Order: sequence, then C-alpha cells, then structure tokens
Amino acid sequence: MSGLFAQVLNGLQYGLLLFLISSGLTLVFGVMGVINLAHGSLFMIGAYLAFVIARWSGSLWLALPAAIAGGILFGALLERTLFRRFRTREHLDQVLLTFALILLFEEARSMLLGNDFHSVPVPAALDFSVPVTADFAYSAYRLAVLALCVLVAALMFLALERTRMGSAVRAAAEKPEMVELLGLDARRIHTLVFALGTALAMLAGALAAPLQSVYPGMGDKFLIISFVVVVVGGVGSVAGAFWGALLIGLVDTLGKAYLPELAGLAVYMLMAAVLLWRPSGLFARGA
Amino acid sequence: MVVAGRAGHALLALAAAGIATMPLWASHYHLQLASTALVAAMFALSLQLLVGAGGMVSLGHAAFFGIGAYAIHLLPPGLSVLATLPAAAALAGLAAAVVGALSLRTRGFFFLMTTLAFGQMLFFVFHDTPLGGGKDGVFVTRPALELFGLVLEVPRRSRPAVMLWLNLGLLVLMYAGLALLMRTLFGRALLGIRANEDRMRALGYNTRRVKLAAFVAAGMLAGVAGHMQAMTEAFVNPELLGWHRSAEGLLMILLGGLGALHGPILGAFAFIGLAEAGTLITERQRLVVGLVILAAVLALPGGLAGLRLPRRERRQPAPAAVEAARP
Repeated sequence: MSGLFAQVLNGLQYGLLLFLISSGLTLVFGVMGVINLAHGSLFMIGAYLAFVIARWSGSLWLALPAAIAGGILFGALLERTLFRRFRTREHLDQVLLTFALILLFEEARSMLLGNDFHSVPVPAALDFSVPVTADFAYSAYRLAVLALCVLVAALMFLALERTRMGSAVRAAAEKPEMVELLGLDARRIHTLVFALGTALAMLAGALAAPLQSVYPGMGDKFLIISFVVVVVGGVGSVAGAFWGALLIGLVDTLGKAYLPELAGLAVYMLMAAVLLWRPSGLFARGA
Repeated sequence: MVVAGRAGHALLALAAAGIATMPLWASHYHLQLASTALVAAMFALSLQLLVGAGGMVSLGHAAFFGIGAYAIHLLPPGLSVLATLPAAAALAGLAAAVVGALSLRTRGFFFLMTTLAFGQMLFFVFHDTPLGGGKDGVFVTRPALELFGLVLEVPRRSRPAVMLWLNLGLLVLMYAGLALLMRTLFGRALLGIRANEDRMRALGYNTRRVKLAAFVAAGMLAGVAGHMQAMTEAFVNPELLGWHRSAEGLLMILLGGLGALHGPILGAFAFIGLAEAGTLITERQRLVVGLVILAAVLALPGGLAGLRLPRRERRQPAPAAVEAARP
C-alpha cells in the first residue's frame, strides 16, 4: 500500500515537472505559432547550469534563481535574434532551425563540460525523509519540488487569468491577429512568452538535476514526452498542459512500476487512444 | 512540387551513369561513401512523397527506414534479396499504416508531434526489448543475391561495386516510379491537398484516404531504403529509427529543394558530401551539420534545385507552396 502511495507521489512530481516544460512549449506554439524542438535542450541547459553552480558553490539553492534569471535573459535573446524571424516561416524551416539549435547546444555542452554522466547532490537541508504515514517516509527534496511546482503553476494561472498582460497572452494564444488590432504590442508579448517558457524549462532542468543524473541528450527524452503531453492535453491551453502532464506523469510512473514489460510504451498507447477517441486532445476547449 | 523536364532528366541520367562507372576509377572507401549517399537519397526521396507532394512534415519517418533495416535481422538468414526486399517494404508499410491512421487524425504542428512520438515509440521497441537484439545493434547476414534461381557469389573485393550498382539501380527505379506516380490522378490529388485540403474535400476527394495511401507508400519506400542500408553495412542498430535521422531527411529535402521531386537526391549527396568534408576539418560532426542547417535555412529557402529559378520567384516566402498552388 505504501509502495503505491510512493509511486503516486513520484508520478505527481514527475507530472508537475513535465508541466513546467510543456506549458512553455504549448504557449510558445499557441502565441507565436513556432515549433521549438530545442525546448528540450533548454531543459538540459538548466540541468547543466544547476550542476555547474552546485559544484562551484556547493549548493543547489543558487541554481534555482540563476536558472530563472538566466532563462529569461537567454529566452529573450533567442526570441529577438532568431525566433522572431521564423514566426512566419513554414513548419519545415522551423523544424530544421530548432533541430540545428539542438545540435549546436549539444556540441557546446560537449565542448564545455564533456560527455560524462554527472550526479548533482540533493541540498543538505532537504537531504532527509519525511514520515508520511506510520510505515512510510518520502524524500523531503521530492516533496519540496512538488510544492514548488504547484506554487509556480498557481502563480502562472493567477498571472494569466488576473493580470492585463496575462489576458493579452491568452488573447494572443487564441487569435494572434486580434492582439495587433486591439493595439497591443504583439512583439513584446512574443518576447515575454518565449522568455517565460525558457525560464520554466530551465527551472525544471535545475529542479530535476538532483533527481536523476545530468547526461548528454537528456533534453530529447523530455522534449518527446512533452509533445505527448501537448497532444494528450489539447491545443494551446495551459490548463490542458497541466492536466495532460499530471496524467502522463502518473501513467508513465505507475506503468513502469507495475507493468515493467511494457517499459516506456504505456504513454504512447495512451496517446494513441486519445487520438482515436478525441483527436484534438482531452482538455481542448470546445471538445 | 515539379518533376524535372527532359533536360533535367538528361542531366540526372548523366549523373547516374557517372556514378555507375565509379568502380572503374574510385577507391573502395569512396564506393562505400557513394552507397551511403544513394541510400540516404532513397530515404529522402521517400520522405519527399510526404513533405514535398503531400505537405505532411513527419518527424517519425526514420522509424520505417529502421524497420526495413531490421527486417533482415528478423527474417531467417540466407534468404534471397528477392524475398527480403518485399518483406522489408511490407513490414515498414504495415507499421506506416498503423502510425498513419492515428497520426493523420491531426494536422500541421500536431501531426509533427504525433509522428515524432510514435517514431520514438518504435525506436524504444528496438532499443529496449529483446526483439531487436539490444541497444548496441547487431550484425546481420547479407541476403543472397539470388535472381531466379541463379545465385550470384560476390567475392569480398567486388562487394562495394555490386552494392553500389544495386543501390543505384533501386534509386533510379524509385525515382522513375515516383515521377510516374506524380502524373497520375493520385499524384495530382496529393498536390492539391498540399495546396488546399479543404477545397479538395469539397471537390469530393476523401483526403484522409489519399494522405494515408501516400503515408503507407512513403513508409514502404523508406523500408526499401532501410533494407539497402542494412544490406550495405551488414549491421543494424536502433539509431536507424531515431528521430534525428528523420530530421536529417528533412534537411536533405530542404538542401536539395522542396519544390522538385529530384531535390532530395541532390540534397542527400550535398549532405553526405558536406558531412564528409566537415569530418576532414573537425571531429565535431554535430557542429558541422548544425551550421550547415542554419546556413541552409537562413540563406537557401529554395534549395539547390531552386537555384536556377529566376530571382523574382526565389524571393517569394514559400516557392514550393506557390508552385503547388498553380493550376
């Protein structure tokens, strides 16, 4: 029984990390119409940033604000220099541009930090287990990640639903051409959304670093699973990404724990089922 | 997407004849490199049926290439190539039918994501389960060159030449078949769907069925390319199914030109040539490929095949789309 409880917690925590990654992916596509295959690489960069900072300062704490601040700056830079010019290009061009970015980011990583696997220590203050029930204890760091992700998700929903900028972003995601007609500066919204998406992906990378080792190509795995989240969750909506991410996190974790012979195939079967039943996604508006 | 005219086909035939004479003057190493380029060209050509003709940008196409390659591993060794080649095409086509039927329920960006996800699922089947012989790959026995009961024993020394001719012959057949296909009603319908799917549906076409047929045909041709890859190298590994190979196929199409059926062939040779030239300068192949893509995307929107188009046309945002939209 406590085994199941632990797996459910693991699944929720994994799903919330997936939400941080896939919400950026879905917003960037919804608002800018850009397919960013390099989104997984941004996650990888966040994880390696955490590794470098943790090795240099001895603690992960500095890595979290660094990932957010670095992500905002890096994302704004990428949007201003590259992605802005590719907004109106064909899908094929966007795919190849962002594929090139993956190769270049991976090569830069290999030049700067080599190709070894590295582990990142859990911060000392959280390196203990919390007794949840009488016979079951759970890692404090994982609980902290869970809480932090919930906090970030709540802040995001508040910002999107309750602020003027948030409603502009939602409008842009729904009908991009409306934003210009309303007299809003669409280019500012694009930079903001891309910077935010980058920061979230890098924060997710930094948070995930102590949970798994930091390794070459780690971005690919998360890119593809985030695509599954977006397909299952539905078009361009952050709420869809949230529920989709939780569902995929739970299915993947429980599937691997209880049906190991299916290995990683459970999430793809779920995606196939969703495509058959509701091709526009489980939580798409109007579905 | 256009099919080259008489002059273009004369040039292509000349190039093919030039490649066919390579065993007379080139080293074994260069024969193998040419075979690699020919196999890459078959793969990119199969993808062009989806992307250039049907407007379906798939990131899972390498899965069918890999399945075609693994067919040699899965079938009992010692069979004739006349048995293994159709079997590889059939297996790849079967997988493409399942993936296509599901993925084609979506369009555009979502089609891209679903093909990528299903492609990676097939990658994991060969990477993680005992079916494919493990993640490091396995050596395979080359199918026998048995043509109508006549077994052709190939001595080791002349194998690169025989493989080159075989690959060249299949590429020529594949190109000729696709050039004919594009002249049929099916080919026209596919181009119409690329230009405007809603209008084609209004005209009474079952557009999803046309797209699915193209998806399966492209998957079968990719399976043929994969079979030849495994037969040339006598080795298969899960990376053959990986999505990076799909992206490389798209790159070859873009390099060669989205707007012409022969574009991917030019693109495959350009890509293999550039990658080879790059390895002479630096060990870091990803750096070379990444920079080549950036240059191609930023500076060469019409691809190599588009270079001879008048400037006015090349300035258009999407020459291929304009081409396809013409009556």
